[in-house]
Amino acid sequence: MEHRLDGNAAAGALQEIFPFEMTTADATCAGCGQINVVGALVVYKHGMGTIVRCPSCDTALIRVAKTRGRYWLDVRGVRVLQIAVES
Amino acid sequence: MERTTLLGRLTWQLGEVVATQVETARTKSLTIALPQWTGHRPGQHVDVRLTAEDGYQAERSYSIASAPGDQKQLTITVERLDDGEVSPYLVDELRVGDQMELRGPIGGYFVWEPSFGGPLFLVGGGSGIVPLMAMLRHRQASGSTIPTRLLYSSRSYEEIIYREELDHLSRSDATLEVSHTLTRVQPPDWIGYRRRIDQALLGEVAWPPEQHPLTYVCGPTQLVESVAAKLVALGYETARVKTERFGPTGGA
Amino acid sequence: MSNRFISRGFHGRRQESTLAGRIPPGQYLERGFPVLSAGPTPHTPLERWDFTLEGEVDQPKRWTWEAFRALPHEPVTADIHCVTKWSKLDTHWEGVSVDTLLAGIESVAEYVVAFCDGGYTTNLPLEAVTGGKAWVVYAYDGQPIAPEHGGPARLLVPQRYFWKSAKWVRGLRLVEEDEPGFWETLGYHNDGDPWKEQRYWGD
Repeated sequence: MEHRLDGNAAAGALQEIFPFEMTTADATCAGCGQINVVGALVVYKHGMGTIVRCPSCDTALIRVAKTRGRYWLDVRGVRVLQIAVES
Repeated sequence: MERTTLLGRLTWQLGEVVATQVETARTKSLTIALPQWTGHRPGQHVDVRLTAEDGYQAERSYSIASAPGDQKQLTITVERLDDGEVSPYLVDELRVGDQMELRGPIGGYFVWEPSFGGPLFLVGGGSGIVPLMAMLRHRQASGSTIPTRLLYSSRSYEEIIYREELDHLSRSDATLEVSHTLTRVQPPDWIGYRRRIDQALLGEVAWPPEQHPLTYVCGPTQLVESVAAKLVALGYETARVKTERFGPTGGA
Repeated sequence: MSNRFISRGFHGRRQESTLAGRIPPGQYLERGFPVLSAGPTPHTPLERWDFTLEGEVDQPKRWTWEAFRALPHEPVTADIHCVTKWSKLDTHWEGVSVDTLLAGIESVAEYVVAFCDGGYTTNLPLEAVTGGKAWVVYAYDGQPIAPEHGGPARLLVPQRYFWKSAKWVRGLRLVEEDEPGFWETLGYHNDGDPWKEQRYWGD
């Protein structure tokens, strides 16, 4: 029984923090260099936080938790994020 | 890559249940009026939050079943899970006139609009049909003729959600084909498929890969992963297969 | 929202409890055994599994699965408390006391970091895992621990929130300076004592 979900499952948590649609942004994995649209990453909605992993190498690209009204966001697993803004 | 959108802040809104409709023995549609609703795109979901008197809270995500429209309301379809914490409340307890907290719309990835083109292949399992139904309803409302095929897996005939509406849509629209498979029990006169989606079934129903279809797969994690892998084995481009896994239980 | 909205008729699935003295503040009794996943479930074959003691030690120690299972072991009955508010009483485990693993080790270290398959880590003061307070367990309710619950072996530290009972543990690293782990670096309390309700950083 696996608990894998798609990047869309992190959309709510990410939208609390970022003012743009994160699930359509492209993220380069700091572990293996693969580029994936965030919607296609693998999401684990652990009760303590949301963990977003590379579908290729399992590196945690994004980790986010909300405790005591504060967001804790770890994006060390993202080497670079590309966001195409609407013109 | 897709262009992104600048979004407003995601805030909890208070809505009122204005209608409920039983779909199957275990699923019910709830229509909620939200004065601050700004609309949604087909495939998006909302987060629902329930609060008990002692402050205990539970949150779940539900796909929006209704097509975008200009009314300040939306419909979600909820499947009651026996060991669920939220779904039994939404299906068995909530009544017209009750209020509930929602936020959304959420998720710009698992979205289809006619401007995305096709041919369109939608694969759903159980309650995974919900976001696909929003896409089909929007497709119909906008008069789109983009060739579309829906493959819908259910356990039994009685458990096909939106069964009559899907019948009507496919009969009145030559550009939409609906295929059903019933995996556990079939009525005596059943002429549809009668097994879990396998490579052969997909080979018969899916668009040929040379047509570069756009595919959306939604439902229990196991079904979604199995179908996605088989589509890739058929020659589908992974970038054009979008998945929305509902988790091991298909939602709660 | 300062005037909190209440969902009419919603109670959640928590159990009413008369065991008040055994349930830490803010917790409720859970009959099931929820599985929380932060990543894919590892499936290390036992032939490749080992447990190591390393870091600030004069001599690192390593046990293969056979050697580990040959160590003195004991049954442990413990209440477990997850920071997501569920508690489960009288859970039955079997495993090796951390005291047994550390026997004979000389170290100036005051902290340990538990490291696991899949990359998970958690940190504890050495004194929180010694003196009969922690085990590396491999059986639950008389059966090998299922992979989704941390098998083949996990750490068990009943006096801390359950995130400190690291699943898929592969070793302990003794360190002179504390090294906050996976959740401790993401807003959760460094110590995590459920009786002091130390859930989050700053509590």
